[in-house]
Amino acid sequence: MDAGQALADLTEISAQIEAAVLADHDGSVVASTLADDVAAKSFAEAAAELLAGADGVRTEPGSEPLVQVEGAALDGSVFVAKDDRHLVAAVTKPRPTVGLVFYDLKTCLRMLEREEEAKAGKAATKTATRRRTTKKKTEEAESEGS
Amino acid sequence: MKARSAVGLLAAGAALAGAIVFVRTKSAVEREHVDVYFADGSMLSLEAGSADGDRLLPLARRALAAARG
Repeated sequence: MDAGQALADLTEISAQIEAAVLADHDGSVVASTLADDVAAKSFAEAAAELLAGADGVRTEPGSEPLVQVEGAALDGSVFVAKDDRHLVAAVTKPRPTVGLVFYDLKTCLRMLEREEEAKAGKAATKTATRRRTTKKKTEEAESEGS
Repeated sequence: MKARSAVGLLAAGAALAGAIVFVRTKSAVEREHVDVYFADGSMLSLEAGSADGDRLLPLARRALAAARG
């Protein structure tokens, strides 16, 4: 499953979510449910800014890191959740079920992380296999030469 | 007669209490705010009118506007 599929699943399982974007922490768009790329970029950047701005509300040394934010306006809510690599942001109508929306966003991030780990694992296995094959060929060539 | 007025008073009191609860709940739900959640499960609720709330709410509104086009 790629990032686009993870977002498609997110909007499918959560009826409350109108639109969502997956981005790097700096706001670079990875995937989006918005058809307009400019809107997706602007949404991702605003979500990253909200996250960065919220990060500064606790300044005591040793305070726990921020993990998610909900901004509730009169005409709707914006949710942003993050993990070590990505952030996922979504907008809903007013008065959403907050816990449920955050749960779905976290699930999306976890699915993506698992997929990336699986891909990295496959790549590492491929490289190891290639190395073993090369080593075997070298040994065969050496034994033929001697 | 006394019993009637007691019931009337009780009903009026209950209606007033209900109205107060309704208005308070409605205003609390519709107030703009930003809730910030931390890794240990704690949460800070920043309402409009507070320094951090007023700083973060425009960013939230901007994200909403961007997503809705």
